[in-house]
Amino acid sequence: MGFSMLAPEYRVDRDKDRCIDCKVCVTQCPYDVHYFDEEEEKVFAREENCVNCHRCVVLCPTRALIIRKYPLEFRENSAWKDIDIRQLQKQAETGGILLSGMGNPKPLPVFWDKILLNASQVTNPSIDPLREPMELKTFLGRKPERLEIGCDGSLKTKISPQLELSAPVMFSAMSFGSISLNACRVLAEAAEQLGIYYNTGEGGLHQSLFKFADHTVVQVASGRFGVNSEYLKIGAGIEIKIGQGAKPGIGGHLPGEKVREEVAATRMIPLGTDAISPAPHHDIYSIEDLRQLIFALKEASDYEKPVSVKIAAVHNVAAIASGIARAGADIITIDGFRGGTGAAPTRIRDNVGIPIEFAISAVDNRLKEEGIRNQVSVVAAGSIRNSADIVKAVALGADAVYIGTAALLAMGCHLCRKCYMGKCSWGIATQQPHLVKRLNPEIGRERLVNLITGWKHEIKEILGGMGINAIDSLRGNRHMLRGVDLSSRELDILGIKAAGE
Amino acid sequence: MKRIYAREEYCVGCRLCEIFCVVGHSKSKDIIKTYKKEPDRPAPRVAVWEDGPLSFAFQCRHCDQPSCVEACITGALSKNEEGTVLCNEDKCVGCWTCITVCPFGAIQREEGEKKKIVKCNLCSGEPEPYCVSHCPNRAIVYEERGVE
Amino acid sequence: MWGSRKRLNRKPIEGDVRIPSGCAVSGIMNKKGKLFSGETIIQSISIMRDRSNGLGGGFAAYGIYPDYKDFYALHMFFESEENQREVELYLKENFLVEKGERIPTRKVPVILDSPIIYRYFIKPRAEICEDVCMTPDEFMVRQVMFINSSFEGAYVSSSGKNMGAFKGVGYPEDIGEFYDLESYKGYLWTAHGRFPTNTPGWWGGAHPFTLLDWSVVHNGEISSYGTNRRYLEEFEYECSLQTDTEAATYLFDMLLRRHRLPLETACQVLAPPFWEEIERMPEKEKETARALRMVYGKGLLNGPFSIILGSTNGMVAINDRIKLRPLVAAEQGDMLYVASEEAAIIEVCACPSKVWTPRAGQPVIGRLEEVDSWVSVC
Ligand code: SF4
Ligand code: SF4
Ligand code: SF4
Ligand code: SF4
Repeated sequence: MGFSMLAPEYRVDRDKDRCIDCKVCVTQCPYDVHYFDEEEEKVFAREENCVNCHRCVVLCPTRALIIRKYPLEFRENSAWKDIDIRQLQKQAETGGILLSGMGNPKPLPVFWDKILLNASQVTNPSIDPLREPMELKTFLGRKPERLEIGCDGSLKTKISPQLELSAPVMFSAMSFGSISLNACRVLAEAAEQLGIYYNTGEGGLHQSLFKFADHTVVQVASGRFGVNSEYLKIGAGIEIKIGQGAKPGIGGHLPGEKVREEVAATRMIPLGTDAISPAPHHDIYSIEDLRQLIFALKEASDYEKPVSVKIAAVHNVAAIASGIARAGADIITIDGFRGGTGAAPTRIRDNVGIPIEFAISAVDNRLKEEGIRNQVSVVAAGSIRNSADIVKAVALGADAVYIGTAALLAMGCHLCRKCYMGKCSWGIATQQPHLVKRLNPEIGRERLVNLITGWKHEIKEILGGMGINAIDSLRGNRHMLRGVDLSSRELDILGIKAAGE
Repeated sequence: MKRIYAREEYCVGCRLCEIFCVVGHSKSKDIIKTYKKEPDRPAPRVAVWEDGPLSFAFQCRHCDQPSCVEACITGALSKNEEGTVLCNEDKCVGCWTCITVCPFGAIQREEGEKKKIVKCNLCSGEPEPYCVSHCPNRAIVYEERGVE
Repeated sequence: MWGSRKRLNRKPIEGDVRIPSGCAVSGIMNKKGKLFSGETIIQSISIMRDRSNGLGGGFAAYGIYPDYKDFYALHMFFESEENQREVELYLKENFLVEKGERIPTRKVPVILDSPIIYRYFIKPRAEICEDVCMTPDEFMVRQVMFINSSFEGAYVSSSGKNMGAFKGVGYPEDIGEFYDLESYKGYLWTAHGRFPTNTPGWWGGAHPFTLLDWSVVHNGEISSYGTNRRYLEEFEYECSLQTDTEAATYLFDMLLRRHRLPLETACQVLAPPFWEEIERMPEKEKETARALRMVYGKGLLNGPFSIILGSTNGMVAINDRIKLRPLVAAEQGDMLYVASEEAAIIEVCACPSKVWTPRAGQPVIGRLEEVDSWVSVC
């Protein structure tokens, strides 16, 4: 590599009293940090390579390892923080665009944490989910404004196709290519077992996952990778990806080294070529064009699948969402600025878009004002971390949420954010065979199912506390929310009161 | 009988199975003591084979008709009621006949001075073999799969 | 004074804040449409005095204005004569006003601060309705909402035909005496005694809440209020009082009048069966139940309630889906009784032929004979 001005980011502390030189760390670090010196018969580390993925720490059988932030101080400067200097140095060395994996890590406010939930006391009873039914079933898709019911109680209105979810959560779009086949398999199996859906992302659907098609939303993005008529017909729903929270305004990018045989076949592209999705869909330059694509996809799938349109939460999100609803989409998916990704230009990831909390509120308000909120579903994504975030998202107006990062964390991801390097030590964001097998889908599925099962219990507890026994009654129920540490402008936009009001 | 099976598609080549096999057969059964304070610690009875991305853990198959038992000149090797092939150390004289006849190469010489063999005993006495319970990726499993 | 909604420096009242309350409800009807005096309902509600705290009581009576049955009977509260003049001017511009008179009241020592209480028998001017392309009912709905939200010191307490709401701040039996309800004869009466958890004591905030000929008395606190309200706002209902009763009334209006759902179906929207139950239903029924929950999920009234809906065509009493508030029903001959407590029924009907406790979410429907459609087709 030659000389680098970059100081290491992390320090590998090895407790020599514990270390037994077993070399587990050596075999497990994909970044060539640990090595065994035959002469010394001891394990050492090249710290400058460490990305703090925790693989060695977790697998070390003697707990001999701790990874710490490298204790190197820059001279204090509130304008030039360490991260700014490091990024600049890196760019000076490479001359390229800075790349990042996962969502925006900047210390911008997380509004979920400034919203508090309500519970019943005296005037109405809380409901105990252990003793009473508590319903989380959610339907996504277009609904008629009203139903026509005959005097005999028979249904006269035909309802458009819906996605039926056992709880208001789905696994967001992560393509085969950006993540491993084993990771896709975990999502698919867990979705099936949980009675929810996962999204293929823009990488097509691998043959071996066809059997989970009933729990699959197939995505169509600007690159059209892997899109064919079988693909459109097989899933339970179709999603048109216009944008993504981590990188609004630009398309996906899968480097050639990740395009191995199976990925190439699934995406229907030559082996080893970069899979670069154009920034816009070249057949969508306006809202009428979107309408055409929506109906082209509906036509191709015999009007049997709900069609979702996914956009990044940008400044004008409310108006765009309304346009999308009117263009014929059945589901609107909004991805907030903290949404994750396999790879995004750092500057875009960290500076473009708006928080999902505001976007949900703005979109729900706009659709309500136009009297069409009852007809479309709204799915929120981007930084949903736990069950309380889901409850808040639904109370702000979302029908359901997508989780991406949270699902990967359940599988083993430790959020080192180096997905774009293709060497994921946990076997998730990689295509290298010796790494891919680190994710045993059986274990991954169990963990992911555990997570969502735990969340379901928690949501039920929270609902019960509010005196509600169906998630339907939480939708847009902003009375259940109060803000702390928010300006009155922010409270207004969120449509909630301040704590104590 | 319950046997140990490798699932090579999930073996990550970490060799924790080997490390813990040693711990399981050590005096202290404490990993740090075993490796730091027991110079005469036993050899692992399981070996991880590796070739490129392929790897898997391998140990005695506890064959239905074990050649090693047949060949053993002192009767040190025997098959017990459960079907486990065991070695009576007191009887083993280190002639290595079993090593030459084992079709899988599953029998090792003990480390150091001792002229004895070592082989997997399915960690008899333990609820689950050490290698299986310490594999981080369920790449070896201990289960009943019926007759082979 | 009776606490105007727009007065400055006043305590917060309905419309400013959400005020949870517990309550007593009672409803009595004669299915053949035979008229009986208001004395019975007063007697029934007064036995449940414990369930109110003197901060609100009221009645809805149907069949009381046979001579004016083609006119909308507008019951109004005014804070001052000036407020009254303004509204009257407005009424004259938009309606044919057949008659306007003070509603007779009696002096009752415990009823204080009563507003000016008037009634008008009116009809929307046909040409105006045509101009704005609205049915007279729709026009009335908008006008009532407009008056309530835009006129200082004025509040419409009811606006249906051949019916009226009589309500105020006090125990219901005192309110009954105040309005001299013994002298009215109706075929259907509902009553309400209120136990609000704070003390605004505003006359307009008392139950029943009405819209056209719908009247709702309600005991409970609906936890889904925020959801219900946003849903209603989509259909241009303005929930200015922020009360559950108002939301329930608008939901009934929307489901029955605007969406023309059968009554049983509308009730199923408010208190739907659980999914588990739906899965066990026969195919056709299941299809409808699923669709209702899919489409009208935001119309579910979640949380404890017992509601009595009164209308020209009869009454419906319904409980929340897990029966968190009491409701008892009884029958005797042509009479149907529903109330929070059995005592309130026995007080006025010593030996009913049948007394039952309706199951959670199962409506008790009292249909006036010879009425087949619940909605008055306009
Ligand atoms: S895995 Fe742990 S014990 Fe083994 S060599 Fe590495 S640091 Fe030492
Ligand atoms: S990169 Fe990961 S595995 Fe390698 S040393 Fe750092 S934390 Fe350990
Ligand atoms: S412990 Fe498991 S994963 Fe590691 S080498 Fe042994 S069998 Fe393979
Ligand atoms: S079963 Fe026990 S003895 Fe046999 S290889 Fe595994 S750890 Fe070693």
